[in-house]
Amino acid sequence: MGRAFAVFLWVMTGLSVWMFVNGKWWFPPSISEHGPAYDQQFILTMVVVGVAFVAAQAALGYAVWRFRDTGEGTRAVYSHGNNRMEILWTGITAAIFITVALLGQRVWWNLHMVAAPAGSNQVRVVAQQFQWNFHYAGPDGKFGRTDPRKISDESINYIGLDSADPAAADDSVTQTLVTAVNRPVELNLAARDVTHSFWVPQLRFKQDAVPGLDVKVHFTPQTVGQYEIACAELCGQQHYKMRSYMLVVPADEYNSLVALPQSQFNRRVGELVRKYPLSY
Amino acid sequence: MAETEVPNEVHTHEGHAAGHAGGHGAHHAPTGFIRKYIFSIDHKVIGIQYLLLALFSVILGMLMSVLMRMKMTWPEHAWPVLGTLFPEGAPGGVMTPEFYLSLVTMHGTMMVFFVLTTAPQGGFGNYFLPIQIGADDMAFPYLNMLSFWITFLGLAVLVAAIFASGGSVIGPTGGWTGYAPLSAVGHLFNVPGQDMGVNLWVISIAIFCVASLLGALNFIVTLLNLRTKGMSLMRMPLTCWAWFTTAVLALLSFPVLLAAGVLLFLDHNAGTSFFVPGGLSNGTVVLDHSGGSPILWQHLFWFFGHPEVYIAILPGMGATSHILSTFARKPIFGYRAMVFAMFAIGLLGFFVWGHHMFISGMSPLTSAAFSVLTLSIGVPSAIKTFNWLGTLWGARIRFTTPMLFAIGFVSLFVAGGITGLVLGQSSLDLSMHDTYFVLAHFHLVMGVAAIFGMFAGTYFWFPKMFGRMMNETLGKIHFWPTMIGVYAIFIPMHAMGMVGLPRRYSQFYEIIDGKMVWIYNFNKPTHALIHFVTWAAIITVAVQFLFVFNFFWSMFKGKKASDNPWEATTLEWVTATPPPHDNFGGRVPVVYRGAYEFGVPGAPEDFVLQTTPDESGPNVAYAAEEQGTGNGHNGRG
Repeated sequence: MGRAFAVFLWVMTGLSVWMFVNGKWWFPPSISEHGPAYDQQFILTMVVVGVAFVAAQAALGYAVWRFRDTGEGTRAVYSHGNNRMEILWTGITAAIFITVALLGQRVWWNLHMVAAPAGSNQVRVVAQQFQWNFHYAGPDGKFGRTDPRKISDESINYIGLDSADPAAADDSVTQTLVTAVNRPVELNLAARDVTHSFWVPQLRFKQDAVPGLDVKVHFTPQTVGQYEIACAELCGQQHYKMRSYMLVVPADEYNSLVALPQSQFNRRVGELVRKYPLSY
Repeated sequence: MAETEVPNEVHTHEGHAAGHAGGHGAHHAPTGFIRKYIFSIDHKVIGIQYLLLALFSVILGMLMSVLMRMKMTWPEHAWPVLGTLFPEGAPGGVMTPEFYLSLVTMHGTMMVFFVLTTAPQGGFGNYFLPIQIGADDMAFPYLNMLSFWITFLGLAVLVAAIFASGGSVIGPTGGWTGYAPLSAVGHLFNVPGQDMGVNLWVISIAIFCVASLLGALNFIVTLLNLRTKGMSLMRMPLTCWAWFTTAVLALLSFPVLLAAGVLLFLDHNAGTSFFVPGGLSNGTVVLDHSGGSPILWQHLFWFFGHPEVYIAILPGMGATSHILSTFARKPIFGYRAMVFAMFAIGLLGFFVWGHHMFISGMSPLTSAAFSVLTLSIGVPSAIKTFNWLGTLWGARIRFTTPMLFAIGFVSLFVAGGITGLVLGQSSLDLSMHDTYFVLAHFHLVMGVAAIFGMFAGTYFWFPKMFGRMMNETLGKIHFWPTMIGVYAIFIPMHAMGMVGLPRRYSQFYEIIDGKMVWIYNFNKPTHALIHFVTWAAIITVAVQFLFVFNFFWSMFKGKKASDNPWEATTLEWVTATPPPHDNFGGRVPVVYRGAYEFGVPGAPEDFVLQTTPDESGPNVAYAAEEQGTGNGHNGRG
């Protein structure tokens, strides 16, 4: 039984490692500036995890193979432990774990602790059941006032844009996020009903959109194309298809889009969606 | 925690008279069926009651998980039997998305509260903690009975939620974490299940909190005050340390959840706004609530929720240590380090709840701090793993069924725990959060590892509890497919998570005109894995009924067990099988040594009972000078 167990542990360990290294199941390619740093940290961590996993399972397998009771009537080694070994492996584990933890702070720091570069494109995101709304300030660069009392799905005012505010006159609201390649963009996330979470796997981050909070997050997309936006926080029965798309377009197309008046904005977005289709 | 003798004056007759006014002190076994088996104050009966409650809950929870797998794998398939059982939840036999979400919620709630928190602690802990420390019962037997029946009430209310949530669902649909505002005002957004479903769910949890609190108090007092002569803290079996640490965690964390539950109930029913901010709109009207914070709910919930993970796993660690040492025929490696590691895990467990909230919108600086604290929990966890390996090193392992599950526990604990290194980093959680990677991580470590601890405990202690052995052959036939099955289910989930498969999605593709259309194209690479995992789950779940059969069959038809069938050393193996009503038949076991004296050189056998005064002499259950003092048992006679 001990040998069978050992073989099982080794085979299981081998198959598990295979799942992670064969390349079939991996992140979609990163398209954001911080993506490579994320991937690097993930791989570093997985190497540490993998080595520890293989070492522990292999050692467990060895122990159950080697130290099975062979029925010879001999007794086990009588020992209550070894303090020097305890201190040694505790020290080594602590050093490795803390190092990984500290290295891991870099991506977080760049994404959340460093302010968005001056002049970043600004988009307000308002999540609702089961739809994403993206609010653009229009040519004047000023977001119009919003008021929850003005929200009306019937008259297609999903975010409660207040038409009494002059700054709102040129604002556009769309259900597709459009960004410019290689230009930093800052999202200002909010939710109008329950908590949702903004997630594009290729961007390597997700961020909850929380009712009552304005959460800022910034990134720089680097590859032109169309990508899926998923909701990553359970928000109700249609959560599984609260889907939208993010476009990354050349800077000049972005600039001409955001200069458009409200009346032409969404039609142009539709054209861009067809021009840069989903490529995966 | 030095090796001091127990202050015996605690055990005087006077000292207990007040606590036991109510007839228990007389130690007469009850004769009526109801007092003996239903409203029993005997910790052994209560322990078995907890185990049966957990068994009922785990079967329900398991069947729910199979339904969930079926829904996501064959989203549009019609199962006529489901159409009959749930005409609204599965119209025509096709499960609806909201029905799926209610399964998610009920599976999680059932498993976390009524399985992982009841069986390891309320079940085995109740039965064996008093015996292992040489006491005749828990400190407060009536409180103990109350704990169980309050837990039972909590379960009854949760089961009621299955029937009373409004037809299309079998409970609330907000997940076991019940995030506000969805759980507080979801009904105002017409989310199914979020009306009466949420009410029953939160009442059930609140009741459960009360029961756990009473239980935890009882465990702590029992362990500190009722240890028999010679049972110093550092001579206790590691199981006792685990139950004790767990009780402390429960005592400190359940009140927080109880308070949060009451506030949520008020938000939901009384129009308060603890967790609901102002200005919420359903697209037509603005809700009346204002001033609350959704993040507050998450803080309160996870302040309980993270220690809860350790509440589920620590008793499994204790049982594993106990069983590994017994069948390795070797003392536990680094007993003291094991005790300190357990306490370190418990203590650190209170400082890391924020790692569930990295992306919640809380201050990013807080996340950075929680991240470093979280990874530091890996250190005591690693100590435990090293010491288990150290215990096996140089052993003479006997591969009984409980030992197989204990070794399986170590393997699963490593496999599940180690990915905490990934998820504990706020940076990496950015992408991994709420994907199947998380599902894989916590199911391995808090789900199946903890369940393996329970299986090990059941096969190990069954002979003591029921006087008969469980069938070993059936046990091994149960073990192998389970061991292979749980890895087949959960290892691929890591890969699915890396691809990006999100949690709590009722389906990933739709069938349109007979063609499969992915809702998210980025999930496409997981197709084969989704099917593989579902089949692995169905087979693994089916195999569990072997265990259920073995359990009940052996209770009546199993081979008769001797008092110490495993040649183990601790006090539960000193007394009769099954133990008499007062555990030691009116005698006082006196403890002379640590809990795991196996393979002692010069001893006549390869194990020395804790009650043996002279290790080079034969094993004795009761030392000569202590015999004939039957009336003085624990000073309670």
